Amino acid sequence: MSVPTVTETVPVTVLTGFLGSGKTTLLKRLLHGRDLAGTAILINELGEIGIDHLLLERVDASTVLLESGCICCTMRSDLSAALRELYGKVERGAIAALDRVLIETTGLADPAPILYTILADPVICHHYRLSHVLATVDAVNGARQLADNPESVKQAAVADRLILTKTDLVPGAVAAHLRQALAALNPTVSILDAHLDRIAPDSLFAARPFDPAAKTAEVRRWLTEESHHHADHRDALGRHAAEIATFHVSFDEPMDWSIFGIWLTMLLNRHGERILRVKGILNVIDAATPVCINGVQHLMHPPFHLDDWPSSDRRSHLVFIVRGVDAAAIRQSLLAFTRLAAGQPGRLRQVEECRL
Amino acid sequence: MCGLCGLFESGTHWTETPGVATAGPPRQQRLRQVGYANRVLRCYRLRLDDWQGRNYLLTSPTGATEVIDSLALLWPAAERLAGRPCDPLDPDLLLSLGPE
Repeated sequence: MSVPTVTETVPVTVLTGFLGSGKTTLLKRLLHGRDLAGTAILINELGEIGIDHLLLERVDASTVLLESGCICCTMRSDLSAALRELYGKVERGAIAALDRVLIETTGLADPAPILYTILADPVICHHYRLSHVLATVDAVNGARQLADNPESVKQAAVADRLILTKTDLVPGAVAAHLRQALAALNPTVSILDAHLDRIAPDSLFAARPFDPAAKTAEVRRWLTEESHHHADHRDALGRHAAEIATFHVSFDEPMDWSIFGIWLTMLLNRHGERILRVKGILNVIDAATPVCINGVQHLMHPPFHLDDWPSSDRRSHLVFIVRGVDAAAIRQSLLAFTRLAAGQPGRLRQVEECRL
Repeated sequence: MCGLCGLFESGTHWTETPGVATAGPPRQQRLRQVGYANRVLRCYRLRLDDWQGRNYLLTSPTGATEVIDSLALLWPAAERLAGRPCDPLDPDLLLSLGPE
């Protein structure tokens, strides 16, 4: 079976965020524009009435209401079925070809099983690809939700874009503090302010999801931003975030792809639940251009090559966001594995470690 | 074990994504990967062999064998055959991989 190329698959964006954090408001705002014309929307409901569905003003053939409560607990098969149904509609000509699918999760959702369905379902991954995870964080209640709910911390940790909502309802210093705290929790994330920043599809989703230039710029941004996070902001996120460590390791020497794959697969098999995020740019032996990896718990996005290095720095960099796993142990383990590769000095250097 | 750990048919493993980090014939890369995996698996008294370039055979010292179709399934199978966790953070494992 041939593997479909990225241009043959429909990008799927997952919109998550805690209860009342403004997911549906954001979706309504996006729907007012015309840019979502080619977007199918999957809406989850919690309870017997699809409240979120009723709030949406535009309901058409490409909107599918998932009927059985929380996606993550009970509905992976429903999500898979909904995505298959959408694909079937396109194939039958019932709806136009899709540019994108947007999935709105419930506020209580752990995003990982949703991502798993998209990445690992053998039928779904043949027609769709995971594009971005968006998470809304309420500036009024966000700090408390992050302190009280591990799901909320996880949503922020796995997101590619965070949208701060209701920032007009709090003093600027409060919003700024929350923003800094979120950047400390997830240094690779891009944070937008729903009140101040332009919220449009091209700012939330990549204009062209696999535009090489956009990818290079994105990697450059998170490599830069992750070096500026501050441990001091941990207090704002409470005890659940305090259990989370963010750290960064770098290699001076090119890495053997085979041994790296064996190591990371083994690590995620045993500790995947506690590795909330791993992102990296790798200088791979015999590869002309850098390879980017991106994982959420047990799930790895398909890696991809950048067209060029984001900067003059040719080292490999890995960023981990972990819960209850010793950063030093991960570093030592990776070092030991890289030494297995013949002819590789395995010079591993920790550039920065920050326990949040 | 978490339900996310490769209980479903996994398709192409992320390390084998077409066009990524590939140099040399796929067969050669596959055998090199098997060689590295065996450096780790021997610490658990297990052995991995390529099977027709499509699957792998994982074998225990008693002859118990599992056929696995991708690296995603290697470590859950190794833990079943070894009867213990295969933890890359285990200091004893790291020690047995070689001196620092």
